[in-house]
Amino acid sequence: MHNKTDKDATYEELTIGGNIYTAGNAKSFKTGDWRSKTPEYIVENCKQCGLCFNVCPDDAIPVKEDLKRRDFDYDACKGCGVCAKVCPFKAIEMK
Amino acid sequence: MSNLIEIRWHGRGGQGAKTASLLLADAAFNTGKYIQGFPEYGPERMGAPITAYNRISDEPITVHSNIYYPDYVVVVDDSLLESVDVTAGLKKEGAIVINTTKEDEEIKKLLNGYEGNIYKIDARKVSMETLGKYFPNTPMLAAIVKVSGVMSEEAFLEDMIGSFKHKFAKKPEVIDGNMKALEMALKEVSKVN
Amino acid sequence: MGIRERLSGNEAAAIAMKQINPDVVAAFPITPSTEIPQYFSTFVSNGEVDTEFVAVESEHSAMSACIGAQAAGGRAMTATSANGLSLMWEMIYIASSLRLPIVMSLVNRAVSGPLNIHNDHSDAMGVRDSGWIQLFSENNQEAYDNLIMAHRIAEHKDVLLPLMVCQDGFITSHSIENIELIEDDKVKEFVGKYQPEHYLLNDKEPIAVGPLDLQGYLFEHKVQQAEAMRKAKDVILEVAKDFEKMTGRKYGLFEEYKMEDAELVVVCMNSTAGTTKATVDELRAKGVKAGLLKIRVFRPFPAEEVAKALTKAKAVAVLDKADSLNAVGGALFEDVVSGMFVSKVNVPTVNYIYGIGGRDTTVQDIESVYNDLSKIVENGDIGNPYRYLGVRGDK
Repeated sequence: MHNKTDKDATYEELTIGGNIYTAGNAKSFKTGDWRSKTPEYIVENCKQCGLCFNVCPDDAIPVKEDLKRRDFDYDACKGCGVCAKVCPFKAIEMK
Repeated sequence: MSNLIEIRWHGRGGQGAKTASLLLADAAFNTGKYIQGFPEYGPERMGAPITAYNRISDEPITVHSNIYYPDYVVVVDDSLLESVDVTAGLKKEGAIVINTTKEDEEIKKLLNGYEGNIYKIDARKVSMETLGKYFPNTPMLAAIVKVSGVMSEEAFLEDMIGSFKHKFAKKPEVIDGNMKALEMALKEVSKVN
Repeated sequence: MGIRERLSGNEAAAIAMKQINPDVVAAFPITPSTEIPQYFSTFVSNGEVDTEFVAVESEHSAMSACIGAQAAGGRAMTATSANGLSLMWEMIYIASSLRLPIVMSLVNRAVSGPLNIHNDHSDAMGVRDSGWIQLFSENNQEAYDNLIMAHRIAEHKDVLLPLMVCQDGFITSHSIENIELIEDDKVKEFVGKYQPEHYLLNDKEPIAVGPLDLQGYLFEHKVQQAEAMRKAKDVILEVAKDFEKMTGRKYGLFEEYKMEDAELVVVCMNSTAGTTKATVDELRAKGVKAGLLKIRVFRPFPAEEVAKALTKAKAVAVLDKADSLNAVGGALFEDVVSGMFVSKVNVPTVNYIYGIGGRDTTVQDIESVYNDLSKIVENGDIGNPYRYLGVRGDK
């Protein structure tokens, strides 16, 4: 009762007033479909310098325990291009 | 509600007619009555004619309107007699009490042939002699208590001393004067014949 | 036993607020409710309450501050009238849609213009569809009692809606009358502690309040508000039962005065109900079967219950202290007759717009309404159902 926020929940299931009781819920909203330009990860140019992922506003550049970035999470990437701008090695190209 | 008494006050803004009506309500409340005390608010300014009302009863009062057929009328400023129809709707079994120094004949002429009892009091004299300043509301309060008989004079005086002690907690020196004003006013009220 | 006192309606409201001792009061002064925050700020200065008093710069800010305080997890109260409520308008809807049980003392006054400071119900009627519970009060006693019951109703888990307690500006707000107050400790116990399930200042549960709510959601959230309003009826009655146990004073969704065998019935709200009681008494003494149905709970509107109570009447007059300017009739009239229609109660019913801008309404005025009703019963013809009471030039 009154604990869901998903699109299929009925009025009896939805949280009242649309309140959101869980932190970090941005993950459940796929903002990838807002994207008009798409960043391409050029692995051979990447030096793993670490400048790109911490400027990403959407946490769309996954970094694992080895502290190395992987390819983009296109479900989350809005295509803002900030990462491409900060990359000194032409490892990200907006297309 | 046959024991219901309705009183209308006529005064000028700043003379304390509203305060007097609230003090009367207080005093009657303290003798165990049901009361209403309310002013009629207009564009109030110092000196503008104002009206205030009291209902006093042994039973709960539910009516919430102004009073058009009062049992008693109190006129705090006799200059109102010429501009306001103070006896409008006043019951002839009732009475009017006026703060004035005018002669009886002149008063009667100004009241358009009102058939009920007319009382007068020189509230200025009472106030100046007992308080040294002109506060007509205190003597007029005593006058209407006497004329209406809404409570006994003893009960009234006893209650008022309590009220004044509370009201003038920071100025205890004026309590005596106010009590004297009430006592003197109870004696000074006279019937216009 | 209660404490015998004499207070104005505004004093009564302020004393109720003192006894409730809310966490936050945010208010901006406006006639005729000015005295409520004025008295209350004195209580704050004297240390009689531990409320945070926020002297804001407008009513819009007053309601905004209440919303912030209530969302943060506090109990917030305010007071206003007429144009003050108009300036709150935007935030009034925010408060109810965020489901924040804020309590307001609304001292009813005509919404300008032309400029008028006196009583009618146009302010309350303007927000009747805003999702606030609206309780109306005949006198200072009911304004006080309704406030004491307010938080229990508004904060109930099935309700969670803001609530306004209405009383008539000047007529009861500035009239000194007898009242029976409840002892401080009893009020404290009755009102209880505010324990919201979710609130912004809970560091164990970070939450978001008032997010974007588009096509996929707003409809459901409005249905939730409507559901809460429907459920509020039972909660109001439950709380009234507990209140009666404490004080002996009985409250329902409405009050029926000499209705058992009443043929001619007036339906009205607030102080006019008292004047109507006096009229009913006078008419009963003359053998006229007059009755009064006084609405206490206007939102949620007890349509079915009102219709049922009017089944045996031969003619009904609904008195509206605000004109809806819709060429049909006042808001109370529309609610009463639509309730009757749906419940298949077919009693001749007429509407009177009265008391606008503080126009005084006397026992004689109300008596003329009962006279009109008895003519309707005689002739079997209601004529014009949309009438005026006490206006110059009425035909």
